[in-house]
Amino acid sequence: MSAFLTLVARDLRLAFRQGGDAAMVIAFFVLTVVLFPFGVGPEPELLQRIAAGIVWVTALLAALLSLERLFQADYEDGSLEALALLPLPLEAQVLAKCLAHWLTTGLPLIIVAPLLALLLHLDPAGYPPLIAGMALGTPILSLIGAIGAALSLGARRGGVLLSLLVLPLYIPVLIFGVAAIEAEIQGFGARPDLLLLAALLVLALGLVPFAAAAALRLALE
Amino acid sequence: MPPTQTLPNPGDFTGSGLACRRGEKLIFRGLDFVLAAGGALVLIGPNGSGKSSLLRLMAGLTPCDAGMLAWSGTDIREDMGAHRARLHFIGHSDALKPVLSAGESLAFWARMRGATATTEPALARFGLANAAMLPCRYLSAGQRRRLALARLAAAPAALWLLDEPLTSLDTEAAAQLLAAIAEHRAQGGRVVLSTHAPIELGDATRLSLADFRPSPAEAAARLLA
Repeated sequence: MSAFLTLVARDLRLAFRQGGDAAMVIAFFVLTVVLFPFGVGPEPELLQRIAAGIVWVTALLAALLSLERLFQADYEDGSLEALALLPLPLEAQVLAKCLAHWLTTGLPLIIVAPLLALLLHLDPAGYPPLIAGMALGTPILSLIGAIGAALSLGARRGGVLLSLLVLPLYIPVLIFGVAAIEAEIQGFGARPDLLLLAALLVLALGLVPFAAAAALRLALE
Repeated sequence: MPPTQTLPNPGDFTGSGLACRRGEKLIFRGLDFVLAAGGALVLIGPNGSGKSSLLRLMAGLTPCDAGMLAWSGTDIREDMGAHRARLHFIGHSDALKPVLSAGESLAFWARMRGATATTEPALARFGLANAAMLPCRYLSAGQRRRLALARLAAAPAALWLLDEPLTSLDTEAAAQLLAAIAEHRAQGGRVVLSTHAPIELGDATRLSLADFRPSPAEAAARLLA
């Protein structure tokens, strides 16, 4: 097994043993979405109108919750220092950790999102672009989040700093994710927005490893 | 490639004119060393004299403020991947996860270095054969230290950088570590370690960091420059 997969497997094993993180993200996602009918009223027309936005905004916030631990635990117990001294380049390790993070948080979000959309009376035409958009968008959330998590390492109140750094960068994902659903419902087709999300994903895959690895090296100096 | 060092022997790990700065403060300067295959370098000096900083410099974790580290005469910065592949760095923290067992932790670090063999001999070597299945949160400080050091035996590397390796070790474990170091050196490996305790390593070079401390005037001049 290559070093890359060994690292992914180790992070997944840690996530399953510690349990809390992934379950907390899903619980937060579900609870927050459920709050909206209480807050804005249960009228199906209103909920249907705002369903796409609610699901996407809440998914962004849920993804944000788990980011702080992405490098923090490894930083505190010295594992990050040891990882940085392995033959596998730190850039590849960032990708491995993002992949593990996405598998434990992004993937569950994709699975739960359609159920929550059902709760909010999302138009049936909106489901395929919701799932496709989440499949393209949640990896971007993990990747951009990795930059924020690396930059806020060692900072006091790193969690708050992390939110302030990362949330503005999440806006494009939110815009195209919601636009894909709206466009499909209105009959224009979701293809352009999904392609833009795919472009963002490719861009993030190419740039994030270098940015995050540079930030990690600075934190370790 | 520019001529970087005068007549280095193949496999020599050398530092020339090394200076290290932490924050604004100059810690040491003008430090030279040569570490041949099978050699050992023992760093001594009071707290804050830069023993850990020098080890981190050698590992490539922090950049040199001045001077150059070279392997066989080639600047290590030219190929950091190759440098990382030939070194083991055991710092102050043990890099263990509370929920992973001792065996799993060691196997992870060994596999990340490309070792495929079983880790049991490495565990046994540091007296942890019975602790392999134990989650790391139940290990004592000494056992955690032994487990960190077992990484040395689980995957081969030409250069061992050990920061205060004797901390929390009992006499038995210290003897096991010294035996491992002796064997490593007999096979042509190199060791750099920092210590406060008197340590018996055959014909090791002692490097006192206090000798390279900048004078107050020097530190001030460097700051202004």
